Amino acid sequence: MSNHSVEIRNLDLSFGAVEVLKDLNLDIHEGEFLVLLGSSGCGKSTLLNCIAGLLDVTDGQIFIKGKNVTWAEPSDRGIGMVFQSYALYPQMTVEGNLSFGLKNARLPKDEIEKRVARAAEILQIGPLLKRKPGALSGGQRQRVAIGRALVRDVDVFLFDEPLSNLDAKLRADLRVELKRLHEQLQNTMIYVTHDQVEAMTLADRIAIMKGGQVMQLDSPANIYNKPRNRYVAGFIGSPAMNFIEGELSGGVFKADGFEASLAGYDWASETPADGPVTLGLRPEHILTEDQVDNGTVTTEVLADLVEPMGADTLVWSSLAGHPFRFRMDGQATVKGGDTVRIGIDMTRASVFDVTSELRL
Amino acid sequence: MVDVAMSGPRGPKPKKAFSTRNIMLYGTLILVSVYYLLPLYVMIVTSLKGMPEIRLGNVFSPPLEITTAAWTKAWSEACTGINCDGLSRGFWNSVQILIPSVVLSIAVASVNGYALSHWKFKGSELFFTILIIGAFIPYQTMLYPIVILLREIGLMGDLGGLVLVHTVFGMPILTLLFRNYFTSIPEELFKAARVDGARFWGIYFRIMLPMALPIFVVAMILQVTGIWNDFLFGVIYTKPDTYPMTVQLNNIVNSVQGVKEYNVNMAATLLTGLVPLVIYFASGKLFVRGIAAGAVKG
Repeated sequence: MSNHSVEIRNLDLSFGAVEVLKDLNLDIHEGEFLVLLGSSGCGKSTLLNCIAGLLDVTDGQIFIKGKNVTWAEPSDRGIGMVFQSYALYPQMTVEGNLSFGLKNARLPKDEIEKRVARAAEILQIGPLLKRKPGALSGGQRQRVAIGRALVRDVDVFLFDEPLSNLDAKLRADLRVELKRLHEQLQNTMIYVTHDQVEAMTLADRIAIMKGGQVMQLDSPANIYNKPRNRYVAGFIGSPAMNFIEGELSGGVFKADGFEASLAGYDWASETPADGPVTLGLRPEHILTEDQVDNGTVTTEVLADLVEPMGADTLVWSSLAGHPFRFRMDGQATVKGGDTVRIGIDMTRASVFDVTSELRL
Repeated sequence: MVDVAMSGPRGPKPKKAFSTRNIMLYGTLILVSVYYLLPLYVMIVTSLKGMPEIRLGNVFSPPLEITTAAWTKAWSEACTGINCDGLSRGFWNSVQILIPSVVLSIAVASVNGYALSHWKFKGSELFFTILIIGAFIPYQTMLYPIVILLREIGLMGDLGGLVLVHTVFGMPILTLLFRNYFTSIPEELFKAARVDGARFWGIYFRIMLPMALPIFVVAMILQVTGIWNDFLFGVIYTKPDTYPMTVQLNNIVNSVQGVKEYNVNMAATLLTGLVPLVIYFASGKLFVRGIAAGAVKG
């Protein structure tokens, strides 16, 4: 049909009167690593369960590899799934866990052995095969869970917040392993998370979801640099983007005591009409110290509170009557009450419409 | 400064063996134990005495001359009506009622509970509610309708009829028990099994059953004691030939003819209570171990 691995057409899902997914469309390319990102309750896990066939959809269609699987059993869809709580069968050994799906599919014994051995080698869980899940650490359990999807030799891998139960260090390690695994296998992977670091580092494309709809589907760089609306802008980035309400008049942004020309700004369409707008500035894009003059505009702010974090320092202040945070070098000597000169590169800013909240 | 720190209290606080707390605790425990064990002691002692010794009236004194005659009589000679083969007939009847009832009720209820927890269907909650309401309806109101029902299907007075009654009446509480247990098994495990290609029965037998051993032991204890000790259904839905042990015990103990043979009565009662007792002792350890095994995270 096309080179789309997974296609979702006009998908609706309601639990009673609650609409969880609304007319959702999504095309996922062959071999792509797609991350579904959103805060809890945005429908991202629900969407994944629909793709897996664990939830019946209210309306719409799902295609996997060009085949309509809307009514197919989970096991017939060519998917493997990894869950947040690992969901290993506690009474079976690791080997039993890996081969359970293959035994259900009535594969010949030597084929099962071959596939289990291959998965064990890729994931380096060979020495654990005879153990029960209860005797494994969190990271080992999650690796077995990935192995269970791996042995099934599927087209699409589904991950439902697989790293959320692990501690920070293990999470970082396994994240890299997942990325390596994707490069090695070149399978389509759909990955649900609420962690934006995981999303940014792993994804080929990110789908930001809110209220059962996809807000923006784009590469991590585009989502970060050119958020399509104010929600995406505020959701991605830590610390969050600063928003300043003001007026646009003749290509110049004006707010209470702050003026900046938007010459060179990459407008979404033609230059918009004058009127109220919201300006979004990322804390890490604010230029300080010897960089100040690289900005298109400079101004002075009063540092209210300073949070030294080692590698960098976060300064809380206010600009044009709005709370304003920016990042400085970790070695900067600044304390509360100081006046700081800052430079702003308006070509890296984001401008949003006040009512529709869309990027201008 | 250093000396004060060294000489102050250190390590575990010393405890007195005869503190008020210990006296209260162990005193209460001993008192309660005696209260419960004394009747049992009297029963055992009396069952080992002969009638002349019982007539002396020393209830608490140990038997001067130990005899098992009362036990033999209770088991194989005591008369109820025209049958004079003691409790043995009732024992075998009870076994024939117990085994199919327990197996059947647990098998059906566990599948019920599994379906109601993981395969929710339209109206499953309503179905479950109706089933639970069944647990609150007094048995007495249903006695006569069941007589008619059993008569119509030709099982009145038959052991099979009683098995059916026990299975049906065990359903509400057992289904509740299994449903709650299966609900506590993570949903994701069930989803993983579905992705792995297991269906209704595959998940039940391969995933759920092995994880449910503790609840099966609990259900077995409930059913064995409940069905073995049942008197009401036994006396109504069977006839003298197929009376369960409890009904026969009653007939022996409450017979109004002749001398009251206290030793035989005591022996018969102890014999009847033996099965639940054995179940408790045999499965107690398994029960605790099963609960602990079930606590391992998946």
